[in-house]
Amino acid sequence: MKQISAQLLACLFAVSVMFGCSAVYAVQPDEIMSDPAKELRARDLSRELRCMVCQNQSIDDSEAPLARDLRLLVRERIAAGDSDAQVLDFLVARYGEFVLLKPRVEPHTLLLWLLPPLALAGGGVALWINSRRRTKSAAAGDGSTVKLTADEEARLQELIAEEPLRDRSV
Amino acid sequence: MIAEAGHYALVLALALALIQSTVPILGARLHDPALMNVARSTALAQLLFVGGSFAALVTLHVTSDFSVVNVFENSHSLKPLIYKITGVWGNHEGSMLLWVSILALFGGLVAAFGNNLPLSLRAHVLAVQAWIASAFYLFILITSNPFLRIANPPIEGRDLNPVLQDIGLAVHPPMLYLGYVGFSISFSFAVAALLEGRIDAAWARWVRPWTLLAWIFLTLGIAMGSYWAYYELGWGGWWFWDPVENASLMPWLAGTALLHSAVVMEKRNALKVWTILLSILTFSLSLLGTFLVRSGVLTSVHAFATDPERGVFILLILCIFIGGSLSLYAWRASALKQGGLFAPISREGALVLNNLFLTTACATVFIGTLYPLALEVITGDKISVGAPFFNLTFAPLFVPLMIAVPFGPLLAWKRGDLLGAAQRLVAAGVVALIAIALLWAWTLGGSTLAPLAIGLAVFVIAGALSDLVERTGLFRLPLGTALRRARGLPRSSWGTVFAHAGVGVALIGIVCETTWNTEYIGSMKPHDVAHVAGYALTLDGVRQRQGPNFREMIAQFTASLDGERLSVMTPSKRSFTTRGSTTTEAALLTRGASQLYISLGDTAADGEIAVRIYHKPMVLLIWFGPVLMAFGGMLSLSDRRLRVGAPKPARASRQLQPAE
Repeated sequence: MKQISAQLLACLFAVSVMFGCSAVYAVQPDEIMSDPAKELRARDLSRELRCMVCQNQSIDDSEAPLARDLRLLVRERIAAGDSDAQVLDFLVARYGEFVLLKPRVEPHTLLLWLLPPLALAGGGVALWINSRRRTKSAAAGDGSTVKLTADEEARLQELIAEEPLRDRSV
Repeated sequence: MIAEAGHYALVLALALALIQSTVPILGARLHDPALMNVARSTALAQLLFVGGSFAALVTLHVTSDFSVVNVFENSHSLKPLIYKITGVWGNHEGSMLLWVSILALFGGLVAAFGNNLPLSLRAHVLAVQAWIASAFYLFILITSNPFLRIANPPIEGRDLNPVLQDIGLAVHPPMLYLGYVGFSISFSFAVAALLEGRIDAAWARWVRPWTLLAWIFLTLGIAMGSYWAYYELGWGGWWFWDPVENASLMPWLAGTALLHSAVVMEKRNALKVWTILLSILTFSLSLLGTFLVRSGVLTSVHAFATDPERGVFILLILCIFIGGSLSLYAWRASALKQGGLFAPISREGALVLNNLFLTTACATVFIGTLYPLALEVITGDKISVGAPFFNLTFAPLFVPLMIAVPFGPLLAWKRGDLLGAAQRLVAAGVVALIAIALLWAWTLGGSTLAPLAIGLAVFVIAGALSDLVERTGLFRLPLGTALRRARGLPRSSWGTVFAHAGVGVALIGIVCETTWNTEYIGSMKPHDVAHVAGYALTLDGVRQRQGPNFREMIAQFTASLDGERLSVMTPSKRSFTTRGSTTTEAALLTRGASQLYISLGDTAADGEIAVRIYHKPMVLLIWFGPVLMAFGGMLSLSDRRLRVGAPKPARASRQLQPAE
């Protein structure tokens, strides 16, 4: 599997290279639980769990045998009466945090969760400071005019001379 | 012979690129026009040689010359001609050759159509282009030469990966590369401006069409790739937040921000330093994408460590270009004068807000994509960051952005009137509220978020249209006058309307597909009927067929609605003998903007086939939106003001243009 996925990644540059596990087919008919409410929970949970032998695929999407085992395991736990959190805990205990597609907020993932809001806040503050500074420097008077070089000055004169008169009035 | 010629042409292109990287800069320092003009001829000659090299590789693939490793590994004599051609870039070496060919194409375009650029600016821009080109020629020649021969040529090739044997491969990578590599022009302009220490509104006017061109291609390329994944992969997903996809989304987000900040710079001579930084960042993200995909670092950090030659080379290129350009920026940016003051509530202010949200969204994708890699390298902990993370962090950033979109074009430059803009958007707001109320009533007890999101999308579309109504005076002035004003409206204003409406259209598609998607999973025998979203699908039978380089099993379904027969759908499963792998070909039935989607699974011993059937409401809008955006971009590109080449003043239509 790994080899195929590596090969494919080498084949294409971007989008659509998820076929790492030739994910043709995910949930099989024989896996579906008889209780639709439980099946829905199983599907929702499956989307948050990673097929660990694939390239960033959830077990809901993957055809790999491991993904099937995990899907059956999830349904087994649900049938046994586990809550969603208990199912996730069970899988994390067994396979490690790698199995979660949405990492939990913990010391080593704190930065991951905090950086997006911090980037927004930081950007906002930077804009505010910048805008204030510029208003101040504007009050002090600034020279934002660009000086032309001698060449450009000559070319400008040339262009003005070329231009028909009626256009200059516009 | 052809292979050697192609190889040699590439070496010559490298030599030309090395000349182009140095001589014009020297010329600019010495104020020598002859030396500066060298850039023009070398850029055109480079295009010729790289084009020749690329043509050589295409010829080798078309003629199935299996004495060349690249052809042997990725082609097969029985493969249809189109896949022999597209197979050229369906592999690492060939795709890198396509990359440099497009780079040379853009360089050649600047050389050919850049006559109205100041000589020293053009010399600098082309020199910077040549630096990039030299680095990548070296990369190809040293680590990824597509022209290597095999001592004992085999009689048959190994065939191209079956998933790639699709028309999508003919369109998606070239489009995407035109986008990625197109941003190298804005990068080169930015670095040239920093080297020269001068930047003005004219600079922005030159950069804008190039950025726009790259952005159009990238938009279409990403949309095309997403549609390809949707129909080829067989489970109806269209965006997976895969690192490889994120690699293309990041330059798109930064490029979209760049497009908007370049407007401010051109019209108001403000945000110069920021525009320069964005130009650098956008192309840096393209390079980062190249590194992520080409180095194998995504598959596993360890795979990268065991076979590091290519990865380390690209990492080196990445560090030199990103590090170099950012250092240059840090060193020279302060020399660039800030101009054009504006109040926070103004068109400029709105565009700055747009930039804030787009760059934050870009940063979010960046962090989510690279954090697991960094964490594994630093602490050894393995975590996954997938779709649930991105949905949670990315979506909230887009909500305020979408609310702000209709306001932007209605605000005046310098100092805007928020209340006035809001008053002009009342109609759009009312339409959106009606849409929300109707949807809520219709889907009573269903999702509460979906109608709100669709309301937001309707607001964006109606807002874009009210901008149009406002500018043409429709409903306010006589129809004839309004039509005349519509004709006189600058094309870029039309472009804005289409592009912004496209965002809303795509959002409607996304929300409908994710919320009201219905699916049927089951095993079917001939004459079984499956019911999905009111449609009845009967499995008529299964047959086998021999294709040119595969065998396929075709299942025939009859789709009917309320007893009325609509159409026949034929999903299939292909097995490719050479590689021993299979692909599923989904069958699609389009009804308006919605689609029925059937894909086949395994056949059981008793002849029952596992079948997956989806009804995907409004799914086509997901891709129609980006097409509208790209169309808006093209309209804007065709604006007289931005047309590549010398903008000639128009005479007759001038008095018809409303003051902006």
